[in-house]
Amino acid sequence: MSDKAKKKLTPTQQEYQAFAKKREPKRPVLKNSLRAFLVGGVICVIGQGFQWFYMTFFDFTETTASNPTVASMIILAVILTSLGVYDHIAQWAGAGTIVPVTGFANTLASAALDHRSEGFVLGVGGNMFKIAGPVITYGVFSAFVIGLIAVVLKWLGGI
Amino acid sequence: MLQGHQSWVFPSRPAILSSAAVGGPFESNSAVANDFDILHDDLWLGQESYEKAEKKLLEDACNRAMEKAGKKKEDVQFFLSGDLINQIISSTFTARTLAIPYLGIFGACSSSMEGLALAAMLVDSKSAELVLAATSSHNAALEKQFRYPTEYGAQKPPTAQWTVTGAGAALLGQGEETEHKGEGKVLRVTAATIGRVVDMGLSDPFNLGGAMAPAAVDTIQAHFRDMQNDHTHYDLIATGDLGKVGHQLATDLLDKHGIEIPEDKFVDCGMLIYAPEQPVIAGGSGCACSAVVTYGHLFNRMYRGEFKKILVLATGALLSPLSFQQKESIPCIAHGVVIESEERV
Repeated sequence: MSDKAKKKLTPTQQEYQAFAKKREPKRPVLKNSLRAFLVGGVICVIGQGFQWFYMTFFDFTETTASNPTVASMIILAVILTSLGVYDHIAQWAGAGTIVPVTGFANTLASAALDHRSEGFVLGVGGNMFKIAGPVITYGVFSAFVIGLIAVVLKWLGGI
Repeated sequence: MLQGHQSWVFPSRPAILSSAAVGGPFESNSAVANDFDILHDDLWLGQESYEKAEKKLLEDACNRAMEKAGKKKEDVQFFLSGDLINQIISSTFTARTLAIPYLGIFGACSSSMEGLALAAMLVDSKSAELVLAATSSHNAALEKQFRYPTEYGAQKPPTAQWTVTGAGAALLGQGEETEHKGEGKVLRVTAATIGRVVDMGLSDPFNLGGAMAPAAVDTIQAHFRDMQNDHTHYDLIATGDLGKVGHQLATDLLDKHGIEIPEDKFVDCGMLIYAPEQPVIAGGSGCACSAVVTYGHLFNRMYRGEFKKILVLATGALLSPLSFQQKESIPCIAHGVVIESEERV
């Protein structure tokens, strides 16, 4: 409903919604959480593997190794997205594949793939951030607000 | 001819001279794969975009239907078609290729029966000798427009449905002269009930079956009232794309309203189409769902003599990506068409 206050649901609508709610299969939250925990964990283990790899075989420290590690995970996710595999893993894993950086790479790559047919400028360029855009917008904004709070707190109490 | 409030009966009983069902690669493994006329093994159909691929599906279905009946496009007076891509471009571009005088319709997934009912009316009123009614949908083109990018890894809830990649077409005529012999039987459109928009205030685009169930029940009720009959007059009553969730809801709603339809007679095209092992969650959906199942699977079963008279109710969720983002609820509709088979003389 566009305006809940003005356009209250009629008794018939309320009755049907309760009727439908009772028969709607629920998302299996516990099972989904367990799978997310498992797959999310596996993704982190792979990331950890990359970090060790870069630290052992290349001249990276624990801090500087994070850059090539993230890049490797992103490439891996983009390849899996392009091969049409990522969304199938995600249907099983849920939040496990969305939350890590691989999920972010998938949102960009999938949108870019879909809109390839509308050209590189209006299609890929214009739509690549269709889903990732809000994350970046509100991510940057939240960082700004938290930054302000930190500055004010420092100024007040010198924490 | 109007009967009751919202139904038409067609005294001249327009004949379905031929029909065609076309599917994509996923449909090749479906439970009704043998009932398709053409199955493509490439989701792109060799085209540059999913939208162009959908147009190709629709063109294939139309051409195949005319070819089966042994008719040329010059013989056909009108082409009625609808689909779900913005501004119904699949239909329009197909009409451009066919160059048959064209009426574009939009009833979302109810377009199949909306088109068939209107085609029957045109033929019955002698406004046309031959009319082609068709519809199409493409999984990736639809997901791209209505939901997330096709390869996006969002987990779908248990109420979500799988959009059918395919197209269906039916050719209706005043006479019954056709090359398509249909095992010595001829199918006829004898009545139709036009549904009204029913909106129960649901707004979850991942539970369209639940939103559409009341519309299907409303049209069934209206049909029985206008025709002054009940389920005993039909061998099968099939809804379009309610899926498991919507079908259960419709069954329970009918029960609540005191309308009796035995379990084995009440089916849903969205549940008939895919094989149990296919990961479609609650079932099939999309314009092509009711079209390919009816024009392929159900018609073949009628030709084989399994059913003599069926009622098909194509259900449509009339939402747009914009209306959903603006938190509007989902208006739904269902159109019913009665198809009867008789021995060819």
